[in-house]
Amino acid sequence: MNTALLLFWPALAALLVLLIKGQGAKKVAFVAALVEFALSLFALSAFNTQSGATQLALSLPWIESAGISFSIGMDGISLLMVLLTTFLVPLIILSSYKHDYKNPNVFYALILFMQTGLIGVFVAMDAFLFYFMWEVALIPIYFIAAVWGGTDRIRVTFKFFVYTIFGSLFMLAAFVYLYLQTPGTHSSDVNAFYQLSLSSESQSWIFWFLFIAFAIKMPIFPFHTWQPDTYTESPAQATMLLSGIMLKMGIYGVLRWLLPVVPFGVSQWDEVVLVLAIIGIVYASIIAIRQRDLKRLIAYSSIAHVGLIAAGIFTLNEQGLQGGVIQMLSHGINVVGLFFIIDIIFSRTNTREITSLGGITQNAKGLSIFFMILMLGSVALPLTNGFVGEFLLLSGVFQYNAWFGGVAGLTIILGAVYMLRMFQGVMFGTKSELTENFTDLTLNEKAVLIPLVIMVFWIGLFPNTFLSISEPAVNNLLSIINR
Amino acid sequence: MTSIILLSVFGIINLFVGFAKNKKVLLPLVLLFLLVVFGVNLLDWNDTQSYFSNMLTIDNYAVAFTGIMTLSTLLLLPFSQRFVDEADSNLAEYYSLLLFSLVGSVMMVSYENLIMLFIGIEILSIAMYILAGSDKRSLRSNEAALKYFLMGSFFTGIMLFGIVMIYGATGTFSIAEISAAQAGIGPDGLMNSMFVLGILVLVIGISFKISAAPFHFWAPDVYDGTPTFFTAFMSTVVKTAGVAAFYKLMVAAFAAAYTTWFPTLVAITVLTLVVGNIGAVIQTSFKRMMAYSSISHAGYLLMALVAFNEASDASILFYSAAYSTATIAAFGVLKMVQDQRNSADYEAFNGLGKTNPLLAFAMTVSMMSLAGIPLTAGFFGKFFVFSAVLQNPDMLWLVILAVILAAVGIYYYFRVVIAMYMQPAANEEEIEVGSFASFTLIFITILTILLGIAPALVSELI
Repeated sequence: MNTALLLFWPALAALLVLLIKGQGAKKVAFVAALVEFALSLFALSAFNTQSGATQLALSLPWIESAGISFSIGMDGISLLMVLLTTFLVPLIILSSYKHDYKNPNVFYALILFMQTGLIGVFVAMDAFLFYFMWEVALIPIYFIAAVWGGTDRIRVTFKFFVYTIFGSLFMLAAFVYLYLQTPGTHSSDVNAFYQLSLSSESQSWIFWFLFIAFAIKMPIFPFHTWQPDTYTESPAQATMLLSGIMLKMGIYGVLRWLLPVVPFGVSQWDEVVLVLAIIGIVYASIIAIRQRDLKRLIAYSSIAHVGLIAAGIFTLNEQGLQGGVIQMLSHGINVVGLFFIIDIIFSRTNTREITSLGGITQNAKGLSIFFMILMLGSVALPLTNGFVGEFLLLSGVFQYNAWFGGVAGLTIILGAVYMLRMFQGVMFGTKSELTENFTDLTLNEKAVLIPLVIMVFWIGLFPNTFLSISEPAVNNLLSIINR
Repeated sequence: MTSIILLSVFGIINLFVGFAKNKKVLLPLVLLFLLVVFGVNLLDWNDTQSYFSNMLTIDNYAVAFTGIMTLSTLLLLPFSQRFVDEADSNLAEYYSLLLFSLVGSVMMVSYENLIMLFIGIEILSIAMYILAGSDKRSLRSNEAALKYFLMGSFFTGIMLFGIVMIYGATGTFSIAEISAAQAGIGPDGLMNSMFVLGILVLVIGISFKISAAPFHFWAPDVYDGTPTFFTAFMSTVVKTAGVAAFYKLMVAAFAAAYTTWFPTLVAITVLTLVVGNIGAVIQTSFKRMMAYSSISHAGYLLMALVAFNEASDASILFYSAAYSTATIAAFGVLKMVQDQRNSADYEAFNGLGKTNPLLAFAMTVSMMSLAGIPLTAGFFGKFFVFSAVLQNPDMLWLVILAVILAAVGIYYYFRVVIAMYMQPAANEEEIEVGSFASFTLIFITILTILLGIAPALVSELI
């Protein structure tokens, strides 16, 4: 019941928000998102963290004759992803307080509606429900980005929309095939998929069908071409939703629906994926160094980080998988914080060009501190959240293949280059015309950044709080893969 | 059976009511007639009966499709409101012709004999030829009627030719007896060639009626020229009846000759999918796009036929229901936009999200449904069809092709969504919508979403 409440509350709240005229909608949306966060904490308290099994489960018949059920539940990985979503959404809503978007009721209703889709993806234990929620999460974000976005939004978001749907239709075809392979009257339950024993030829093509869908969403090189433009043209909140949470859908999809379902397919193609992921790391990092637009820079850094996560989880060892899970949390927190800081800078100077900024530290001490912490978290400095994830991921990749590990390790150096270069250009140096009268953080902005920075240190200093939640689930996953 | 009789009688009554001075009474009357037919039709559920020495059989298949087609017409009628206001002198005739063509379509889903199939198709078509030309003063409408009529008669002739061939080979018109007689024909010889030729010619004839490629050339011009209200009828009820009749024919009469017609059908399906989807991409008129879209949906419906297994009939039923509801909403909105902005191009929809949020939302949901995006009925339509086809793993390539083309579909369906929400309107004038039409649009939208969440409501009927 707990899980169902978590899933449907945002959708209900979205309908409520839709009825509110004027800017009051953002307040109601914020309260609704906080309630959702409380619900998720309540779910956490009811969760047995020692067990790797699916908990707080609920299964109702959906299309009974076809054996398709409305089946939801959470294991440790799902729970962490749900917590990340419920933690970030209220902050994302709060971060929008200084904007007065037109039609605010629709804007905030779409955010909450998307939250239902996101949570649905993380708790779905039935393949078709998963696919359903996967698309439900996409539709609101498309409209948010396309209606409230920048000048070139229509073309860019349309590309994103068609691209991702194109990928996910392949996932649907693969799911239908898998479903028809289940014995008896067929079932699309996740465990029924885990028990399939398919020939390695069919696993091979199913692997690609599923992988394309997830790789586009993450995105992994060379499926990333939609991402920088979409991030740049979307309104700040949509960028945060896309990079902070939606990107995790792809990685989560790999963990839940790819690795354990077609283990032989994975063992045939894991090297290819690792190579792609590592090319992506280096390629995106180098492009990030060359960027002048702050949003584009973070967009490319996101591709690099996701590449490392993908490389880590495809090593199929415990470090890699655990590192992937913890890095999903860290990346979500850091990237949302960084995009928010870019939004703050943009709202005051009306530019995102690094070259036209500079000297902000002189006026805004508060902003500098928060920016630095988040930036260092992203660079993976020890004691910050990024370090834990990248350390585990890289050690996972090293165990798999030392050469791969060595090249992937470039991410740390290159990451430091583009991040520090950006920080230097924006914050230090002489003031430009635009940053002359830069004001420091408002209370509202601090209210968004403080929780994020607390999490940077929490994950950095006490990663076990989170690792212990996902560990049983990761071990369970590994035992299914290696059966 | 009662539904056929009632529809015919109501159609004639309606013609006489047309003499009345007040035309406002016609629309409520027709709606009432259709409601009665819808209700009476449901009484035959689970009560299979044959009539006229086995010429017609009313089974659950017939009842379900009759129900969907009646309901489609019911949902469509409120959008004819503007006709009423314009006091068109032929209003009663139009409504009667709709009722008569519905008679034909009911026969097409309940025939037990090729003669009845032929008569059903003819009743349906002749009414449609007239309706296509109902905008008498428009050159396009006249062109549409003439084109439809000439091409239609030609293919009717071809169909008749096929029926005669099959009669020659088997000595019967009854589809059950044809099915039984096949064993006696033998694999070689004149009889067999005649039989095979008959099947193929019949398949071509019906493919024309459902605008399957390569027999689709009439469709874009006819759909475009026909008054929008009747285009909606043409692309929903006529298509549903055609595909339902097609499936029934293949299952009941030619199941044993599966290997003969299967390659032809696959070729037609592939061509239809490709032509429909690719053709729709390059259109600048929304209405013409919908014409190609209707071709492409004929392709998806034919996929269920290609599957040819126990899941086929339920997936055709669900797909027709999903497709019809979405298409009615799309044409309904188009008709209102077209009436007041005098254009059926994409640009006519610019800024609709601001001026008429309800129309824009209904249109968005219907486009999502046609594109097959979850939360709408269209998703489950595609899902059931793809699952039916994949039961034969050799047909995986067809599903992959359909998947790629479905992604192409999103491109052209979302162009209108983009126009509505993201392009500024040329004039900010709100489009007048009758309260009855708004109510119907809300109903259709809810129905589309409901079927997208709980598809079992329809899919488990047969």
